[in-house]
Amino acid sequence: MSGKALILGKIKSNLNRSDDLKSRAEIKNRIQAHAKGLIPKRGELPQAQRVALFCKEAQRVDASISELNGFNEIPAAVSDYLRDHQLPAKVKIAPHKELVDLDWDVNTSLMVEQGRGVGDDGVSVSLAFGGVAETGTLVMASGPETPTSLNFLPLDHIVVVRANEIAGNYEDIWARIREHQARTNAESALPRTVNWITGPSRTADIEQTLLLGAHGPQRLHILIVSEAPQ
Amino acid sequence: MQSTSPNFKQNAKDALKDDPLQAALGKLTNGFPIRRLEAAARLPEFEDLRDAARDIKTHVLENLDLYLEAYEEKVIESGGHVHWCQTAQDARETILKICKDANAKTVTKSKSMISEEIAVNAFLEENGIEPVETDLGEYIIQLRDEPPSHIIAPAIHLSKEQVADTFREAHDDLDQDRSLEEPRALLEEARAKLRTKFLGADVGLTGANMLIAETGTNVLVTNEGNADLTNNLPRIHIVIASIEKIVPTLEDATTILRVLARSATGQDISVYTTFCTGPRQAKDLDGPEEYHVVLLDNGRTDMIGSEFHEMLRCIRCGACLNHCPVYKSVGGHAYGWVYSGPMGAVLIPNLIGMEEAQHLPHASTLCGKCESVCPMRIPLPKMLRKWREKQFKAEITAKTARWALKGWAWLAKNPKLYRMTMNLGVAVLGQFAPRGRFKSLPLAKGWTSKRDLASPAGDTFLTQYHNGPRGDQSGDLIRRGKIR
Repeated sequence: MSGKALILGKIKSNLNRSDDLKSRAEIKNRIQAHAKGLIPKRGELPQAQRVALFCKEAQRVDASISELNGFNEIPAAVSDYLRDHQLPAKVKIAPHKELVDLDWDVNTSLMVEQGRGVGDDGVSVSLAFGGVAETGTLVMASGPETPTSLNFLPLDHIVVVRANEIAGNYEDIWARIREHQARTNAESALPRTVNWITGPSRTADIEQTLLLGAHGPQRLHILIVSEAPQ
Repeated sequence: MQSTSPNFKQNAKDALKDDPLQAALGKLTNGFPIRRLEAAARLPEFEDLRDAARDIKTHVLENLDLYLEAYEEKVIESGGHVHWCQTAQDARETILKICKDANAKTVTKSKSMISEEIAVNAFLEENGIEPVETDLGEYIIQLRDEPPSHIIAPAIHLSKEQVADTFREAHDDLDQDRSLEEPRALLEEARAKLRTKFLGADVGLTGANMLIAETGTNVLVTNEGNADLTNNLPRIHIVIASIEKIVPTLEDATTILRVLARSATGQDISVYTTFCTGPRQAKDLDGPEEYHVVLLDNGRTDMIGSEFHEMLRCIRCGACLNHCPVYKSVGGHAYGWVYSGPMGAVLIPNLIGMEEAQHLPHASTLCGKCESVCPMRIPLPKMLRKWREKQFKAEITAKTARWALKGWAWLAKNPKLYRMTMNLGVAVLGQFAPRGRFKSLPLAKGWTSKRDLASPAGDTFLTQYHNGPRGDQSGDLIRRGKIR
């Protein structure tokens, strides 16, 4: 017998379940319904207060934040960030149309490359799928325009998130991801990688001393973009 | 991994005399438990979420075979492979075969207790493949050839000076006079060393905090981001996970995530929570080309339906370790195997045998703190007592202890005789300890070598109960309302 048959057979006989067919139908329904569980109150705030809570929670875990009034303000904000932290004028941006099409020439000395992350990238700029106010979490979804490696290889990670895509809780983001997968006829139930990112990388493995920048970025800067209604 | 669990008593004695270890454990007490309380206080729904999380796993375990089948179907649908392994040996060989087929030279690893359980590192090394632990704590203990001493803080037993010595020895290509006094310097050095490994690895081996049946997804939780570089950069991603890690849906995983980090480190959520599904997709720019899940049984199917069934709810947060007076005194290594603390004392005998791990269920005061902080509300003290019972029945318990227990049981079942014996004991002991305490007592050295034993004062409770407040044996009459 195969390992699978042996393992499943043993579980079945030890469980001693009365009605297998009924259970099978039940779990199928439970999965298809994917009902929401208990959502904390602080994840159910109205839109206006969500952004404020998102900022508060993200800053609590050492992320920094700039609020912008349009995508066109992004190049200047990135440029300011590099200057403020005395970083080389070079960024790797996600090859996403909305980022690539921006007028990056505001700072003529800024070198802008696009693509996936590589070993010596210093600063990356990526686009979030959304945010979660509950814990100040960014949600990143992998795809041709949003490579995951940009989230982890650089020492400085700048993430753009739309204010109206900051959800109250994680569940609302799952609903949006499911919708997105269905709309785009995606090959899989989820993108290959979904990352929840809450603050910059850290470790306390040496004498419980908290240090930022363990393997991932040491600094996480979030650009929250509010767009005027069309 | 070979256990030293039979030496628990000696291990514990050594640990108590180990000053750096005691200093490290002292910090533990003031760290995680306080932060857990603060996180819980910030979330009014925390207790209700614990109930919800428990109920999810209870439901899964009742239907584990069905959920495993549903999960496998989704992994295959998303282009991944599932390997069912009954034993540690099966799992090691499966992993080796995947590596060999890919011509792999190096494997980066993110923290996985299951990989410790199957001792895959040593096996890969024997077969010419270099495994590299990438979690900072795991990297340190890999260099020192030690097992983890805590589930989520594997190097918690070490001082920064010990880490510095380890790095100086292992990184002998670097300037021997460099300063390694600050934790920051140690981190920078490890980051640089491991960055090269991340970029050059052929295979990335990760564990899984959960497996999601709805989507065929594995969940990875870290603070460092090492699991992400491990699963994203190499050509092949292997997930090693035990069968009880299944949850039904993304929403169920989310509920459990709300209690996991809060119970573990006292963070609201860990820095990185990652959901991997299959290999890279058609137009993706990065991600692995192959995705394998090695599903391990290794004794767990025997726990299904047994008195230790509920242990399979465990999500490995480490809260029971952080709150256990025994763990906090002796640390993780004393337990002698991969796991430690109350969850280890329950789980280890299931996995390596009751006789081999016979001391562990006794490494507990049964104070109940572990159960009170367990996010999955696992009745750990009840299960520790169950092991003690089983040992007694199997005659593993020492003869003297068995005789003593049998004698006491006989006495307790004869109330008159029991009371006589107790009254006699109280009278005699009272006589010999005029100042109310013993500095030493035959057969009680274990107690009196560390502290005085208070002698019984006055009468036993029952005598006083009968005598009543006036001391004239009117207790019963008062209780019956005959006199006031």
